[in-house]
Amino acid sequence: MTTTEIVDTITVVIDGFEVSVPKGTLVIRAAEQLGIQIPRFCDHPLLEPVGACRQCLVEIEINGRAFPKPQASCTIPVEPGMIIKTQLTSDVADKAQKGVMELLLINHPLDCPVCDKGGECPLQNQAMSNGQEQSRFQGVKRTFEKPVSISSQVLLDRERCVLCARCTRFSEQIASDPFITLNERGALQQVGIYENAPFKSYFSGNTVQICPVGALTGTAYRFRARPFDLVSTPSACEHCASGCDMRTDVRRGKTLRRLAGDDASVNEEWNCDKGRWAFKYVTAIDRLKHPLVRNDAGVLVEASWPEALAVAAQGLKANVSAVLVGGRTTYEDAYGYSKFARIALNTNDIDFRSRLSSDEEREFLASHVVGSSTTYRDIDRADHVLLVGFEPEEESPIVFLRLNKQFRKRALKVTAIASKLSIGLEKLKGDFVKTAPGQEASAIARQVLTAQSIILVGERACESVGALSAVAALAGTTGAKIAWIPRRAGERGALEAGAIANLLPGARLVSDAAARVDIAALWGVDSLPSTQGRSSDEIIAAVHSGAIGALLVGGVDPLDGAQIPESLAALEKAFVVALEIAPSEVTMRADVVLPVAAITEKSGSFLNWEGRARSFEAAVLDSLNRSDLRILSMIAQEMGAAINFSTVTAAAREIATLGRWDGARASMTPVSTPQAPELAPDQFILNSWRRLLDLGTLQKGEENLAGTARQTVAVISPKRAQEMNVVDGDLLKISTAQGSVTLAALVEDIHDDAIWAPRNSRGSQLLVHLGVGHGAVVSVAKI
Amino acid sequence: MSLHLAKGLAVAEIEPFNSKNKDLKKVEFTQVDQPGSVGMIGHIKGFWVTFSTIFKKPETVEYPEVKAPTAERFHGRHQLNRHPDGLEKCIGCELCAWACPADAIYVEGADNTDEHRMSPGERYGSVYQINYLRCVFCGLCIEACPTRALTMTNEYELADDTRAKLIFEKDDLLGPLRAGMLMPPHPMYPGMDESNYYRGEVTQAHPSQEIK
Repeated sequence: MTTTEIVDTITVVIDGFEVSVPKGTLVIRAAEQLGIQIPRFCDHPLLEPVGACRQCLVEIEINGRAFPKPQASCTIPVEPGMIIKTQLTSDVADKAQKGVMELLLINHPLDCPVCDKGGECPLQNQAMSNGQEQSRFQGVKRTFEKPVSISSQVLLDRERCVLCARCTRFSEQIASDPFITLNERGALQQVGIYENAPFKSYFSGNTVQICPVGALTGTAYRFRARPFDLVSTPSACEHCASGCDMRTDVRRGKTLRRLAGDDASVNEEWNCDKGRWAFKYVTAIDRLKHPLVRNDAGVLVEASWPEALAVAAQGLKANVSAVLVGGRTTYEDAYGYSKFARIALNTNDIDFRSRLSSDEEREFLASHVVGSSTTYRDIDRADHVLLVGFEPEEESPIVFLRLNKQFRKRALKVTAIASKLSIGLEKLKGDFVKTAPGQEASAIARQVLTAQSIILVGERACESVGALSAVAALAGTTGAKIAWIPRRAGERGALEAGAIANLLPGARLVSDAAARVDIAALWGVDSLPSTQGRSSDEIIAAVHSGAIGALLVGGVDPLDGAQIPESLAALEKAFVVALEIAPSEVTMRADVVLPVAAITEKSGSFLNWEGRARSFEAAVLDSLNRSDLRILSMIAQEMGAAINFSTVTAAAREIATLGRWDGARASMTPVSTPQAPELAPDQFILNSWRRLLDLGTLQKGEENLAGTARQTVAVISPKRAQEMNVVDGDLLKISTAQGSVTLAALVEDIHDDAIWAPRNSRGSQLLVHLGVGHGAVVSVAKI
Repeated sequence: MSLHLAKGLAVAEIEPFNSKNKDLKKVEFTQVDQPGSVGMIGHIKGFWVTFSTIFKKPETVEYPEVKAPTAERFHGRHQLNRHPDGLEKCIGCELCAWACPADAIYVEGADNTDEHRMSPGERYGSVYQINYLRCVFCGLCIEACPTRALTMTNEYELADDTRAKLIFEKDDLLGPLRAGMLMPPHPMYPGMDESNYYRGEVTQAHPSQEIK
């Protein structure tokens, strides 16, 4: 063994059986090792012990001296010489547990027939296994008004609550969002929210999942189904690159809820509200059902599959073609696009970055990210975490939870290079290195790291020229590990699959002849195109210049990128084949539209930011929709260039045969940061990021979720606010040559030169209205 | 109380099968004895039964022109009952569907709101289907129902010519509006909540419950 962790073990006797467990193990967990289940409500392995429900009482004696009364096994760590008797061998423990259960049930309503938890309820189950058949209680039950909504997505039935404090402990210890607490005392004790602060936590859904009774329920799932109605499928979250393990519950072909899965190495047992509740988009949006082909009159009309495929193949063959694939495709689909571009279109003009991007980033990804493996475990061991262009709570919530866990456990040092102090960084008590937007590179260069440090680089780092070069240089001199955390779930997979101009699948360089031969042999073709392809922005420009005549577009929202008018015009001009689930800006302008399967309708995998595969099965089995991969295969066949993927499994099998690449690696040419612009008194440099809950396409149709989104504001510094005579709530008009947005002001800790606004929230769609996202000079006026 | 654990379950010695020890070609036949002729006395005995029946009152009923009543507790078509003011008793809890051994019942629950109230309390059954192609009339659903919303009638004429017609919807199953009942949706009886309904304290609709 390479890693040896010396653990002191303690041997105790439980119900007559000896068991050795590490020092500090709680009695209730030691019993689990033997397969003895002690009933419990408040105990949760990831929360600190509290001993609130008293259901887990057992008899304990140490070295011949017995505790005078039964003890709560969830709060007592094992000691040498302990002899424990649970309800299985001790009448005292059994009677104590039955007594506690009887007391808990006195005020618990007989709601089981209408309660969402009925059928999967720990209280119901344990009342059957460890309770009495009859209640002796004669009297009036305490009742409360029900349900009380503590946020737009969580409802509270106070009379069902057994006061285990799991929800309040989760909010405090895991999410650091202490918005709920236990109020009052005695029989009136209840979970409550603060008067003026609703339960606006990004992680509130976890409290619903860990509630051991039906006291907390989700608005979206309320009264929708019973556990026995649901068909559960293990799945992976498609929302961000955290890579949460999930469970999707489907009733009659319709997803009714999603729960966080249990994966100790990734999301532990948690997930964020977006992953939990934003799934209605699949049914809420008007799905494409049939292939569409633009006829001679210029109108999209329904067509048969053979006809649409023939038109698509003909158009792609007749023109010089390029591929734009969004960052939300699965690993296998991205691999299909990558292979399709190289074999069927004979080009390296493919880019998965349908967002703000740069050539510097492309080099950085090829030299420092592809094939690398920094993991959550590395965060657990790091001595210092540096955040560059990355706001973990908003952009990768599970990374935030992991940072928060380490911060609470061992005061992990976190430093953020940013323009604005974020709510997440405040919770982590991190060092805020205040920089002007665009001038991050010099601040990065000043950081002192060690070989145990980690630099978490967000996808926004590419928006600041020179920042990624500075990160590479800092990692080079200090030996710190780099992890690139994109926002979308499919980007890392698309990178590894070579859906980018300078890389082939499996970290092989386009410019490396040996790598091309390797992949050509795998694909059974004579040669692969050898010139480095174009990036998204260059592909758009090439359409306008006439160098490219056709585009294959899959899962791209042009409103997410730079130069939106140019992109839309390019889509009008070129022959466009669109693979989409629903009508969009792309399909409106496409010449052939091919409907594809949504995530719930297909199997596949994502690679999360660690590069770890997160595979999932189709949750809705009877869908007729095909995955992108299958459709690409059919177009390729029509074009006479087989890529041969009839199933996702076939692609996965081919990817598995790729193997590691020990050939040439990319190097990175450093880019220097331009001078900071001179600012007039009414000018600011724009800084923005996307909030977790915003106007994203995948959040459509979920109004309850949108109800807990953070407020849309424009943030400026106290100094500038004073100069402009602005106080909180005043309206600020932010404008560029392209347009303007008007937002309420919030005076906060931000660089004096910067103004911050959410990038894609209600009333603040910066890329659409201003045409810029970060680092650009904008004029601001008080109105 | 003590914990009993089976220690080392004894595994029965099973002799391995060996075809050489068995005569697989051997077939055994069993002698069957046929009864002989019944004789004259036997015939007279038999026809006497037929002859005496001529003088008895016939049991036959001229169905469908004449319908004999069923036994009092005969398991017939289901009915979804109403509270005395017309609100539905069903709360959409799906316990009937859970209990059903034939998977014949499909229920979807939904929220009651003040503007659209179908039953007392928070929840009502928005979709209720019983598939009579599957139902075995065992009555377990009736036992499971916590509000006595589902009971069985004595109606047995449940034949039809298509499969679709034999999936009964909520409208087909709901009991009729009797005197004093109002057609839901309408609010609960003034001053009463669901527990009053369950205790039988609502006996008829109040004029204020009527939605104009």
